[in-house]
Amino acid sequence: MDNDISIGQAGPGCKKVDPILIADNVTRQFGGLTAVDVQHVEIPRGKITALIGPNGAGKTTFFNLLTGFDKPNTGSWTYEGRNLAGVPSYRVARLGMIRTFQLTKALSLLTVLDNMRLGAQGQAGESFFKAFIRPLWSGNERRITKKADELLQRFKLDEKREDYAAALSGGQRKLLEMARALMSDPKLVMLDEPMAGVNPALTQSLLDHIKDLKKNGTTVLFVEHDMHMVRHISDWVIVMAEGKIVAEGPPAQVMKDQAVIDAYLGAHADTDLGTVAINKIELGK
Amino acid sequence: MDLFGVLSLALNELISPMTVGYILCGIGLAVHFGFTGLLNFGQAAFAALGAYGFAIAILDFGWDLWGAVLFGLVCAMGFAALLGLPTLRLRADYLAIVTIAAAQALRFTVGSSTMEPITGGSAGLSQFGESFYALNPFPEGDYNIGIVTLTNLEVWMRVVAWGVVAVAALFVFALTRSPWGRVLKGIREDEDAVRALGKNVFSYKLQALVIGGSIAAFGGMIFVMSSQTNQPTNWGTNFTFITWTILLLGGAATILGPIVGGMVFFALLTLIESGLEIMVNAGVLPFLQIEQVAQIRFLLVGLILMLLVIFRPQGFFGNKKEMQFNG
Repeated sequence: MDNDISIGQAGPGCKKVDPILIADNVTRQFGGLTAVDVQHVEIPRGKITALIGPNGAGKTTFFNLLTGFDKPNTGSWTYEGRNLAGVPSYRVARLGMIRTFQLTKALSLLTVLDNMRLGAQGQAGESFFKAFIRPLWSGNERRITKKADELLQRFKLDEKREDYAAALSGGQRKLLEMARALMSDPKLVMLDEPMAGVNPALTQSLLDHIKDLKKNGTTVLFVEHDMHMVRHISDWVIVMAEGKIVAEGPPAQVMKDQAVIDAYLGAHADTDLGTVAINKIELGK
Repeated sequence: MDLFGVLSLALNELISPMTVGYILCGIGLAVHFGFTGLLNFGQAAFAALGAYGFAIAILDFGWDLWGAVLFGLVCAMGFAALLGLPTLRLRADYLAIVTIAAAQALRFTVGSSTMEPITGGSAGLSQFGESFYALNPFPEGDYNIGIVTLTNLEVWMRVVAWGVVAVAALFVFALTRSPWGRVLKGIREDEDAVRALGKNVFSYKLQALVIGGSIAAFGGMIFVMSSQTNQPTNWGTNFTFITWTILLLGGAATILGPIVGGMVFFALLTLIESGLEIMVNAGVLPFLQIEQVAQIRFLLVGLILMLLVIFRPQGFFGNKKEMQFNG
């Protein structure tokens, strides 16, 4: 055994000691193109797992499938031992598996505080009939608001609490989206490129927040391009290319893997991985 | 006609049951579009179903007033569910297409000769307000309200109409201030984000469609009640577009917006019409015939609305700050 996460040798589709999410034979085709073709993958509980791969590798599609935002052609997956295939996205979220989006989805014309409140579960006033009777939900609202304020403070957004989310900078919106996802105390947080388009100072604080999540016992699965960041915070790395899982393992080991260098990096094999990713981000701006 | 007459006409228009009919449809549309972001271009159909449901229950079923109101309401709610169930899972534009088509289809159906035994065909239905006017508590005679003179039945009609507006406004106000309303606003901004937070977006959109449609059904009933005539021509696409106009005039995501928007729109329409008539009769506008005035007034109202949308896009009551982010 070369690590404490997998059972036996690390490799594509290897078994984990304590998986929270297990996917089997998940495929998704768009016309003739197979975007996702994952035979078997397990996400370790309580760890930070990075999902990496070149553009078009099917990472976001795989995210969409797992969270019910898209339907696979075949396959099944379980979360906490519960079958999730065919479960609508909002139910997936209620089970404690919350995702964020690659293109940040701040609710622009809601205040930052209302964005946060919307993230909470179990607000009775969100039911039509109870909405008319304030005493039925004002207690919930106080509890939710208190929690929102604590999270906003942690993410240094407390001064923006009354502002429209539209007034936030791109990086602040990423922070808001992550903070909002935490309102429901999720067990598994799935972050789709949380660091894309964020300046270096804010990146550091995002990384710290992700590490905090792990400290509080939350499992994190995130998509990222920049290998430096992946190496810095993740416990486990899963590499996708052309829809398949081509490598898996602890970051240091994966980055030496020839399959990763071939599939993921191709022509850039001999340049520094971090620089490639940073260049890509800067080109994107 | 003198200035006094013009003003009294406009003032009458300000509070008329027809204005109230449009206002209620506007409040319903505020729930649909302003708060939830649903593009409903068939608000006329919801109003028509309220009006037809009410009239049919009275005339054909022989039901009493409350039964008829309830039946009109149920018709509109059923229609909302019928349209919403297949389209609300799709992108927003599909609802727009389906609602505008369904509203037209409904109008042609109730106006067809096949439906004549039930809906009265193209002549429509009339004289269904007896049980409503029987409840009139105002003693017979003329009532002077400012410079407007009304009969006791007209006063009764207006009191009820504005009572319904008040109730609808309070109802929507309470809803939009609640966590339920917050979910709607979230859906308006980005429904996938709200879905990712564990809310059943489809269910909320359907609820919003049904609630806004029900308010429009009340609008339809009041619209036809003062003249006691309900004809298919009342419910054309122009009904829907005037409703949109008064909503945008007042401010889409507001409750006072459609109320004041509706009053201003119809008062303005009357003022322009009477003003033009006076000018044509006085020979100030030699290029206009008196018969053309009724058409010209819509041109002028259109112009005023264009200017308003350019210089005050948020409407009377909308939040200026919100608009800054849309530019």
